[in-house]
Amino acid sequence: MFDLFTWLADWSAYHLLGLEQGSRLAEAVHFFVEDTAKIFVLLVAIVFVMGLFRTLLSPEKVRGYIEGRSRGMAYLLAVTLGAVTPFCSCSSVPLFIGFLEAGIPLGVTMAFLITSPLVNEVAVVILASIMGWEMTAVYVAAGLGVGLIGGILIDRLHLERHVEDYVWKIRMGALAEIEADSSLGGRVRYAWGEVTDIVGRLWLYVVIGIAIGAALHGYVPEELFARYAGADNPFAVPVAVLLGLPLYSNATGIIPVAEALIAKGVPIGTVIAFMMSVVGLSVPEFIMLRKVLKPPMLVFFGVFLTVAFIVVGVLLNALFG
Amino acid sequence: MKSIKVLGSGCKTCVNTAKLIEDKAQALGIAVEIEKVTDMAAIVGYGVMSTPGVVVDGRVVHAGGMPKPDAVESWLKP
Repeated sequence: MFDLFTWLADWSAYHLLGLEQGSRLAEAVHFFVEDTAKIFVLLVAIVFVMGLFRTLLSPEKVRGYIEGRSRGMAYLLAVTLGAVTPFCSCSSVPLFIGFLEAGIPLGVTMAFLITSPLVNEVAVVILASIMGWEMTAVYVAAGLGVGLIGGILIDRLHLERHVEDYVWKIRMGALAEIEADSSLGGRVRYAWGEVTDIVGRLWLYVVIGIAIGAALHGYVPEELFARYAGADNPFAVPVAVLLGLPLYSNATGIIPVAEALIAKGVPIGTVIAFMMSVVGLSVPEFIMLRKVLKPPMLVFFGVFLTVAFIVVGVLLNALFG
Repeated sequence: MKSIKVLGSGCKTCVNTAKLIEDKAQALGIAVEIEKVTDMAAIVGYGVMSTPGVVVDGRVVHAGGMPKPDAVESWLKP
């Protein structure tokens, strides 16, 4: 099904540009064309299809599903719904307040917030199309696991006292009912609006990710990675995570970089740890969460994620290496 | 005059939303009063968890993401 993209890349690199097969530039161009075409076609298709079902999932709906559930069920719902519910990171704060106000435990709320950027349906399909279902399943399981453990830990440590006091006093208004045009035409219009909105927001991350991937693929020799990021270097995973912390990209944008790294022989655990560190922690989100979390909790959050990503990397390298 | 409130933490999408409404109102020649609400207690007080949210004359008409231009037009028209 994806042969078309390979064919397009072959044609562009070797025929249109007349590059010599196997040359560095040809390799980079081939990677760039194939990934750009494939990722954007999939991105548009998935966002459009999800847009048609818009009424199924929103943070408000998720709040309703989780509210009043037993703790175990609440965690399960939080991480799985966190993975498929799209929300802009600028909504983290109202979402956080809305969840707590509904009596959803802090740990469950944090589990949702941790999982949401790490795993989403768009990234999952694109990851699978590029790197296969096995790697995708490992990535998803790791992402859900980190969210689950983070939430349970926050629960066990009773970090509620490190949430800003005003948060507990807020009373939420009745959930706003927004009229939606649910006819087929209305859904299609909405879905198409989602496509332009989301692609408009993501395209730059994706193009930068593909460009970095293409440059790595074409120009960086394999020996370099073997020497510094090989399976025998115990510092490779921690360094990869620390390198990823200040970087921020959407989950979709980091996939081409991961693809190039895997192709260069970097172990899967190291690559997944790096991906998670780039996607799961960002400075803007930290600044946003400071509005509701006191500094000790924020520090805990950052340290937990860093350690968790390193553990995920080391563990996966041991399992699959 | 229509009173419009844009609910949001001050993120880029929220600022763009306010701008979009302002531009549309100007293009249609409709007088509006736009207020940006950034206080979180006030935002969730409207029952909104996804920002930006839009409140027109006290009624929440939108929550989450950039509103579509034709939706904005329909809120503004009398």
